[in-house]
Amino acid sequence: MPKLTIQDLEKIREQARRGLVIREGGAFKAKINVHMGTCGIAAGARTIMTALMKEVERRDLHDILLTNSGCAGLCSQEPMVTVELAGRAPVKYVNLTETKIQEIFEKHVLGGTIVKDYALGIGSEKTDY
Amino acid sequence: MEDLSLHILDIAENSIEAQAKRIDIRIEENHRLDRMILEISDDGRGMDKALRVKALDPFVTTKTARRIGLGLSLLAQAAKAAAGKLTLRSRPGRGTKVRATFELSHIDRKPLGDIAQTLATLIVAHPGLDIRYVHQADQRTYVFDTRDLRSQLGGISLATPQIVAVIRKAIQEEIHKIRRTS
Repeated sequence: MPKLTIQDLEKIREQARRGLVIREGGAFKAKINVHMGTCGIAAGARTIMTALMKEVERRDLHDILLTNSGCAGLCSQEPMVTVELAGRAPVKYVNLTETKIQEIFEKHVLGGTIVKDYALGIGSEKTDY
Repeated sequence: MEDLSLHILDIAENSIEAQAKRIDIRIEENHRLDRMILEISDDGRGMDKALRVKALDPFVTTKTARRIGLGLSLLAQAAKAAAGKLTLRSRPGRGTKVRATFELSHIDRKPLGDIAQTLATLIVAHPGLDIRYVHQADQRTYVFDTRDLRSQLGGISLATPQIVAVIRKAIQEEIHKIRRTS
């Protein structure tokens, strides 16, 4: 069967030598969960995932875990992702585009600052007694 | 869904939800018979008759079956629009096989789309999953299997986006090659 070419495998092994790969069972600085129910996929979740893969690849990072999950029940606000930095509360981002996710990646995932404009909700409700 | 590769991603996510450890994706494009077949089989928990019926109905669905309901009915609709049909074979504990047929040249047949992006997404998000992709375009066949890949990579996780990027490009090229003159 057609496999990866020898050059492809060489490239991968070279990255492994430079320590730029995720070893099985490694620790992560951030986990990014792209919601991929039918609603998410129809709304463009795969484009978001691909954009995230490109960010990680472009910046040669090796401590970011990209994963996915199902429908979160907010289908009208897809595509959605949940960003979880190690030791911090997870943040859900909604109505994403490729540009928005790039901004979130730079500011939140790498910089640690939540991008409030795209987040689902940050304490906007008040209870008055 | 814009194209068939997105439907494949969606159905495969159903399989993962159903605890599948292995997913087989098969695509056949036959110009002589003017036929296209898309098959997705898994070793997940499977469905009984009641759920099988429910799974194809976009309106009757329970909350827990929500994802199964909508995705399959959308693929059934896509097949029907291209003079084909969807069949669903599933038994509890025996996995599920979804088969959609299309008239290849039908004006309403959705394009195949970016299979490499779908496979890359599945691989990076579910590095432990076994995926076998077999694509037959008339006389030519391309086979991609994550188990072969894993044995070639040793202890390197398939969750590494850098590696998946290399794999994605390789898949893209191979699929382009077999479909070139078709």
